[in-house]
Amino acid sequence: MSSSVPTPLHQIHQALGASFTDFAGWDMPVRYGSETAEHHAVRTAAGLFDLSHMGEIEVTGPEAGRALDHALVGRPSAIGIGRARYSMICAEDGGIIDDLVVYRLEQERYLVVANASNVHVVAPALAERSQGFDAAVHDASAEWALIAVQGPASAAIVAALTDLDVHSLRYYAIDAGTVAGADVLLARTGYTGEDGFEIYCAPSSAVAIWEALTEAGTPHGLQPAGLACRDTLRLEAGMPLYGHELNRDTTPFEAGLGRVVSFDKPDGFVGEAALATRRDEGPRSMLVGLVATGRRSPRAGYAVVDPATGDEIGVVTSGSPSPTLGHPIAMAYVRPDLAAAGTKVQVDVRGSREDAEIVDLPFYSKK
Amino acid sequence: MTNPTHLSYTAEHEWLETRGDVARIGVTAFATEALGDIVFVELPEVGTKITGGESCGELESTKSVSDIFAPADGEILEVNAAVVEDPALINSDPFGAGWLFEMRVSGAPELLDAAAYDALIEE
Repeated sequence: MSSSVPTPLHQIHQALGASFTDFAGWDMPVRYGSETAEHHAVRTAAGLFDLSHMGEIEVTGPEAGRALDHALVGRPSAIGIGRARYSMICAEDGGIIDDLVVYRLEQERYLVVANASNVHVVAPALAERSQGFDAAVHDASAEWALIAVQGPASAAIVAALTDLDVHSLRYYAIDAGTVAGADVLLARTGYTGEDGFEIYCAPSSAVAIWEALTEAGTPHGLQPAGLACRDTLRLEAGMPLYGHELNRDTTPFEAGLGRVVSFDKPDGFVGEAALATRRDEGPRSMLVGLVATGRRSPRAGYAVVDPATGDEIGVVTSGSPSPTLGHPIAMAYVRPDLAAAGTKVQVDVRGSREDAEIVDLPFYSKK
Repeated sequence: MTNPTHLSYTAEHEWLETRGDVARIGVTAFATEALGDIVFVELPEVGTKITGGESCGELESTKSVSDIFAPADGEILEVNAAVVEDPALINSDPFGAGWLFEMRVSGAPELLDAAAYDALIEE
């Protein structure tokens, strides 16, 4: 027996024959049938994901924006109402505590979406960093279920069920309305490299919304999709994953995400001094894409080697066969002087040296 | 899922179909469901001497890599070229077309019958 927490959609997943895994204390569906088929469905039609494990933190009050400017590396006070921004929360030493999506719902109301594994760290950190500001921080994770529809058919599917003008909703925008008659926040965001929507709803509405999306989506080729294909989709899209590409020992600059750091904030922010130093010194390693020429996949933790010298020059952070491209792909941190696209490297795959080449990220972009 | 009763099993989720001292080896449906879609398989070469309990090959799925363990001491007699070409056969027909290799078994390995294996995977 597992002690992990079921999501509001657990019985549906069971009825669909899902395999489950414990993910950050949640009992989450890994796949329903073939993760490769689910992956292709997202690229060619649509996939339906239960993401209720994600953490939702509400930050409200007259100084909510200023508090978040101080707490995060970005500048949430500059986000327009109804828009979203990708951001990070860093420690004083610049290490990444989590990567986040910050939605500005109202003038004085933000929704900060954290990784399931980090919400118990992020929510207290936001509360502590908000002291002295006229702002309140509330971990609302238990009050929100989250369902994502991702793929080229997603707009047509969601449009049939909502009072919102889906086609006018821009990428990285959010609006309040109804889906299948239930109150939701509808965001045009995702983690698959496709057009798609994330639907924040009350846990009590999740089943009805999932069923309505299934009914509306099945004629478009929509399939339920689990965490296994979510990982290969985000890897193809070159999107970093906390615990793999991002962690406490990494700053946004190594990850190639220095652009998310705003140094022009008048009141400063936690981690500013360390991040300014890292910006000026340049990164110690760089996140790159790798394409393997053989059939064996570089996997997280495998060494990247310079074939000329045999020296270890980096380490793989994520790797997998790419269902869309048909060959293995990986992300890795490597020495900056050997990080240029086109550089030939090798990866130590369980004791055998396999040829690979550094390529630009992402591996896949939607047409 | 049902595990065929005419086969023997190992705790490493492999099955054996034995005819005298020759055995055909594959992995169980339970194993393929845990692994997910298998995309690459590496099998031992014909003539290789293998040792029971030691790794003699690899199954690579989208998410992970797992060893193929030799279920017994012996020698590889034949490998299934079809699954090397199309590893998805291991998922779609683990007890049939997705077999991995045949070996000559020396000694008497400790194996489970279907009921004992069912009990093992029930845990």
